[in-house]
Amino acid sequence: MDKEIAGVIMRISGPVVYAKGLVNAKIYEVVRVGYEGLIGEIISLREDVGIIQVYEETTGLRPGDPVYLTGGPLSVELGPGIIGQIYDGIQRPLPDIRSKIGDFIRRGVVSPALPRNKKWHFVPLVKVGEKVSGGDIIGKVEETPLIEHRIMVPPGLKGIVTDVSREGDYTVEDPVVTLNSEGKEISLNMIQRWPVRVPRPFVEKLSPDEPLLTGQRIIDTLFPVAKGGTATIPGGFGTGKTVTQHQLAKWAHANVVVYVGCGERGNEMTEVLETFPKLKDPRTNRPLMERTILIANVSNMPVAAREASIYTGVTIAEYFRDMGYDVALMADSTSRWAEALREISGRLEEMPGEEGFPPYLGRRLSEFYERAGKVITLGKERRIGSVTIIGAVSPPGGDFSEPVVQSTLRLVKVFWALDKSLAERRHFPAINWLTSYSLYVDVLKDWYVKTVAEDWPELIKEVMSILQKEDELKEIVKIVGPDALPESDREILEVARMIREDFLTQHAYHPVDSYCPIEKSYLMLKAILQFHKGAKAKLIEGVPLTKIMALPIKDEIARMKIIPPSEFKNVYEHIINELKIQFSSLKGER
Amino acid sequence: MQEKISTVKRGIRYRTVSQISGPLLIVKGVKSAAYGEIVKIEGPDGEIRTGQVLETGFGYAVIQVFEGTRGLDTRNTTVTFTGETMKFPVSMELLGRIFNGRGEPIDKKPPPLAVDELDVNGAPINPSAREYPKEFIQTGISAIDGMNTLSRGQKLPLFTESGLPHNILAAQIARQATIPGKEEEFVIVFAAMGIGMEDALFFREEFERTGALSRLVMFLNLAEDPAIERIITPRLALTTAEYLAFQQDLHVLVIMTDMLNYGEALREISAAREEVPGRRGYPGYLYTDLATNYERCGRIVGKKGSITLMPIVTMPGGDVTHPVVDLTGYITEGQIYLDRNLHRKGIYPPINVLPSLSRLMKEATRYTREDHQSLSDQLYYCYAEGVELRGLVAVVGEEALTERDRKYLEFADAFERNFIAQGVYENRSLETTLTIGWNLLSTYIPESDWKRIDPKIIEKYCPKYRKFELE
Repeated sequence: MDKEIAGVIMRISGPVVYAKGLVNAKIYEVVRVGYEGLIGEIISLREDVGIIQVYEETTGLRPGDPVYLTGGPLSVELGPGIIGQIYDGIQRPLPDIRSKIGDFIRRGVVSPALPRNKKWHFVPLVKVGEKVSGGDIIGKVEETPLIEHRIMVPPGLKGIVTDVSREGDYTVEDPVVTLNSEGKEISLNMIQRWPVRVPRPFVEKLSPDEPLLTGQRIIDTLFPVAKGGTATIPGGFGTGKTVTQHQLAKWAHANVVVYVGCGERGNEMTEVLETFPKLKDPRTNRPLMERTILIANVSNMPVAAREASIYTGVTIAEYFRDMGYDVALMADSTSRWAEALREISGRLEEMPGEEGFPPYLGRRLSEFYERAGKVITLGKERRIGSVTIIGAVSPPGGDFSEPVVQSTLRLVKVFWALDKSLAERRHFPAINWLTSYSLYVDVLKDWYVKTVAEDWPELIKEVMSILQKEDELKEIVKIVGPDALPESDREILEVARMIREDFLTQHAYHPVDSYCPIEKSYLMLKAILQFHKGAKAKLIEGVPLTKIMALPIKDEIARMKIIPPSEFKNVYEHIINELKIQFSSLKGER
Repeated sequence: MQEKISTVKRGIRYRTVSQISGPLLIVKGVKSAAYGEIVKIEGPDGEIRTGQVLETGFGYAVIQVFEGTRGLDTRNTTVTFTGETMKFPVSMELLGRIFNGRGEPIDKKPPPLAVDELDVNGAPINPSAREYPKEFIQTGISAIDGMNTLSRGQKLPLFTESGLPHNILAAQIARQATIPGKEEEFVIVFAAMGIGMEDALFFREEFERTGALSRLVMFLNLAEDPAIERIITPRLALTTAEYLAFQQDLHVLVIMTDMLNYGEALREISAAREEVPGRRGYPGYLYTDLATNYERCGRIVGKKGSITLMPIVTMPGGDVTHPVVDLTGYITEGQIYLDRNLHRKGIYPPINVLPSLSRLMKEATRYTREDHQSLSDQLYYCYAEGVELRGLVAVVGEEALTERDRKYLEFADAFERNFIAQGVYENRSLETTLTIGWNLLSTYIPESDWKRIDPKIIEKYCPKYRKFELE
């Protein structure tokens, strides 16, 4: 047994346990608490008294019960077998726990994060005599048809290869490569362990220059997030945070998706578990689960493990980044994580900051979001990988001035503001186009111009100015009524309505509309603006607005979103053609 | 009394209460009380009360007393540690019985025989064991069935204000809820926290009259009962529900009223412990605490039974940002809003569908009727337009509106009158509800505006075009 009796419990208050006699303990060391060996972490030390946050339910613990040290900090296991898994906040595999103890989670269960008996087909990529160091790829395993799992030398290690296993099937614990590191023989298997609270090292951070396309029209066109960037979705309940997060997890153009369900509903994780294996990635046509990892520490699971869950998630994300992949991490919701911090801080009787949150809330949030980024990884080949972090925030009462939203906004570059009044009108995604922003618009401009279309920036500018103008006009309408507006202004209102309803709203559960490729988004906008152009011209000729708005082509524009992308090019050309014909049929009355 | 104990022994009585404040007792000289352990407290008057250890350390334990501390003293009060966490005896004999808020029978019958004793705190359902709720429950109420469906295993609260008919509505739902095409009936577990005797009697009589009493278990903590007891009441109800659903394969509907009182009891304890408060004095762990209750409902893969939960939460002064209401909304799968304005207009049930929501509707409507979801979306859109225009009319007058706008305005009124409003004993089938919806659309809104509905669906289901009778 690698644990020694180190101390005894003095005091228990919820998930926080005080223990004395911890002379050899280190801060952030993982300990086992009580006779059942509950997993905990030392979060504060004063002489030999340690304060431990316990990741499992503490009912039944008594003063005098033993505490054991384990010698290491809270770590995750990284290696083949991670993809498609569903873990709790401290990386215990939930299906495995279920098969061991049944449908309800009881405490004291241990189960290895990576399956120990499963064999993986390992292909070595180094030769005897080769010099390797941290980050170098020593072999590969096809973990799923989507993910080639690159087995790397753990960071910080270097040496000369003295032995390599032949290509064949191995478990994660079988040694595959042996190194001579400064005279010491070190045998490497396919598992790496990494402490969750320590960011994994890389060579250099790069500035983001490519969008993480999501298939969501409003995001990809108006408020894009960059690969390696950070974004936040705050919104009161019922505004569609989780649906948006799920949409991003489904359709984001990332190689690997880590979804952290942090203190939210159990059924939402079930939904992911039930739907993702059935949904196909539109680019590879493989089940989405083959690139997804779920961390589920739902609201009724222990709070301390909820605090750990986002670190577990981001460490796994960094590990796949280090292989050279683009990884997207969704955290739903960071508010619940912050509440876990608040609860533990309260039990420690720390001096509170705003609304009872600990004063270090901002620092902890920034440490988390700082782990996003596009980087040159360790290793000879100078691979490029990225971690994009998208965090949902659940502000109490939908009030964006509360501490978690405000601390988050200081850190992230993209703000998708969910709006209750849009949600009530069933305008989804309920992202408010006037209050949201993306600070990546400028850096991504080149990419859009090069990849999508030359006139992209002007197009987006025009759309935004129409929406802006609509907002101003609506203020006037509120006072004088719509009839008092000139026809040209009412035309703007109508076109803005088309942009909102025929473009910005997107049906998450419609088989076609759920995912919209960027090329299609572009053409849809072109068509609407073409209509706008024609309408303006005809108004000047004296055609009444009601006649323009009665053109049958309007209905075809409204149905663009449900045209499959493969047929869309033809439909678009047809619409542009029809626009010409129908507009030229209108004759001015002047 | 011998006070000095060096070994851990259960069943020994301590007469070392050192402090009593609010609902809390602090006992000194206790060597090692378990966290969460249940204690029996005997006051100077000989009355036995129950408490639970909230915090423990060498030489002391902090205890919350469910019955309240009135009448206890520091000299003669004795405390006995039972060595056990809180358990509730369960069996099928619970059906038809009435208990107080801490699980003692109050219907003058002997205690039911137990076949098992379950921990009242339960254990979290493993997320990988959950089954997604899909089965549509027909409540017979159009505003719910048509616009915000309820599914088996869903948690859907009623957000209400004092003076609104939430009790009548909850009783109507309990009475009418069925799965179309299936004969299984719901078992109802009713937990009252701090409500008046009249309200409790109303529910009881309502169930008695419809012969549902044999399918009912009641836990009543009334307004005059000790507030701290309310912490336990929902846990007892949910423990009972879990037993009936997951061990006895029954479909259980749990109604809990009023969660606001529960939240206040939690706040009282938190304040007595001098904890750092979160919002409006409520403890920072309010969300987690509510979630550990609400999340006990649901479905489990491979089990027949289910727990559907309908908590009733009062919004003080109609304030939806109140912590208990707000956090409930964050945990539950939607919410049904009762609205005072609709109530004033004489509309029953006064359900405001705009802020109401059922997160599981998209899944449930896949198994009902093809037009259900899109018709509902269209009705939503039109009603939202109409309601928004009402605001405009108030400023500029109806004359300033366009022809189109006026139609939406009329639609909104008709929608409230014909679709939302119905009788307390009117049980509408889903088909009736949908037909009312189609007729309203056809009467007021030009078909070119029905953008949320597929033309094929319109042709197939709109009564205007329908060539055949639907069953």
